Amino acid sequence: MEEVILHGTSYNLFTYRVIWALKIKGIPFDYIEEEHSDKGSLIMKYNPAFKRFPILFHGEKALSESMVILEYIEDTWPQNPLLPIDPFDRAKARFWVKFAGDKGHCVGTMYYTTGEKQEKAIKETIEMLKIIEEQAFGDQEKNFFGGEKIGIVDMAFGIIPHWLEVIEDIVGVKLLEPHSFPRLLNWVQNFKEEQVIKENLPNRDNMFVFLKNQREILLSSS
Amino acid sequence: MAENDLKILGAWPSPYVMRPRIALNIKSLGYDFLEEQFGSKSDLLLKSNPVYKKIPVLIHDGKPICESLIIVQYIDENWNSGPSILPSDPYDRAIARFWATYIDDKWFPALRGIAAAQGEDAKKAAIESVVEGLVLLEDAFKNCSKGEKFFGGDKIGYLDIALGCFLGWVRVTEKMNNVKLLDEAKTPGLYKWAEDFCADSSVKDVMPETNKLAEVAKIIQAKIRAQASS
Repeated sequence: MEEVILHGTSYNLFTYRVIWALKIKGIPFDYIEEEHSDKGSLIMKYNPAFKRFPILFHGEKALSESMVILEYIEDTWPQNPLLPIDPFDRAKARFWVKFAGDKGHCVGTMYYTTGEKQEKAIKETIEMLKIIEEQAFGDQEKNFFGGEKIGIVDMAFGIIPHWLEVIEDIVGVKLLEPHSFPRLLNWVQNFKEEQVIKENLPNRDNMFVFLKNQREILLSSS
Repeated sequence: MAENDLKILGAWPSPYVMRPRIALNIKSLGYDFLEEQFGSKSDLLLKSNPVYKKIPVLIHDGKPICESLIIVQYIDENWNSGPSILPSDPYDRAIARFWATYIDDKWFPALRGIAAAQGEDAKKAAIESVVEGLVLLEDAFKNCSKGEKFFGGDKIGYLDIALGCFLGWVRVTEKMNNVKLLDEAKTPGLYKWAEDFCADSSVKDVMPETNKLAEVAKIIQAKIRAQASS
């Protein structure tokens, strides 16, 4: 099998999505941690369009953008599928992946802004969580968005477990209340207890310190 | 009456709506085109796409599928005996998906930014970023087409559809701002590709005429200005 090398950055959800996908499929890979501020030769050569990590190398092939990488991983290694088989169910899964991409940035905005901008981002985050709670789970009770096993939608919503919790602590808000989001909180619990996820999450305390420092730097320079 | 129960909720000026229509044409599938009225959203649309409330929506046997490129993939996967829309090789598929993401997340917003730009400097900067994007896409075209007419090779495919649907609006923007975006000298591959795409049998009948689009653009701009000053 051709070598698989992942270049990513610490505490970065997009990097973790790729790690989770590779681990679930049992694909051996090397991980190289890059500097957050690195916009050097790798990025300019392999992702000038978006200028960011993660970048996955499979032999000589280079891929970037985490959800594109996940579909590639799914196409290349079909074991332990991340997507359903039925085309309609696949379309539904991809819809929620797109939704996560469209709306997920409000969590980041909540984190690195203050005042009115932050209030707006908090509102948008709550709206996003409401839509997921009310519409993304469908009619059946199941452990994950994908059913009994973790799938691509669970990974797309990966910002909610762990990352949102840490950002809530830093910013000083509590959005994921049990009475408002029972299904989401149940999912968060299941997600974090899943073996592959449990073994591949950034250390919470270290992430808290890192993100808190980053926030202070960001806010003082704006 | 179509063998499959297929409806598209859409509007003729929308580039996103063009995408699934082209895909259905490629697969020779008939459908009912339900036109939304400009400025209002039908009950069927609100029921079929409660999250975004946007066109296009494909309704197949009563089941809604939303988001233009997701609909295109659905059409390709559900009717997999017809001509393929996505490439078969996983890496080629990834490249197509990557550039389609770039087009929707970065390039088309930049194109829309030209109309929204306030002042000559802002307009110039917006135009530059669109042209820069086209230079990137020219490179992608060279790599994907491998000397053939389209991103998809000798037939149009996913990435052709993703970019080609915006050609009408590119032409309208060029006309209204007296600027060249698709430059034969700067991006010769894309320049020729644009002609071939618009002439393709799956595209011809759903690509709106530039003059008609320009009229719609004027109405939209007038609305934006009226809202801004009220």
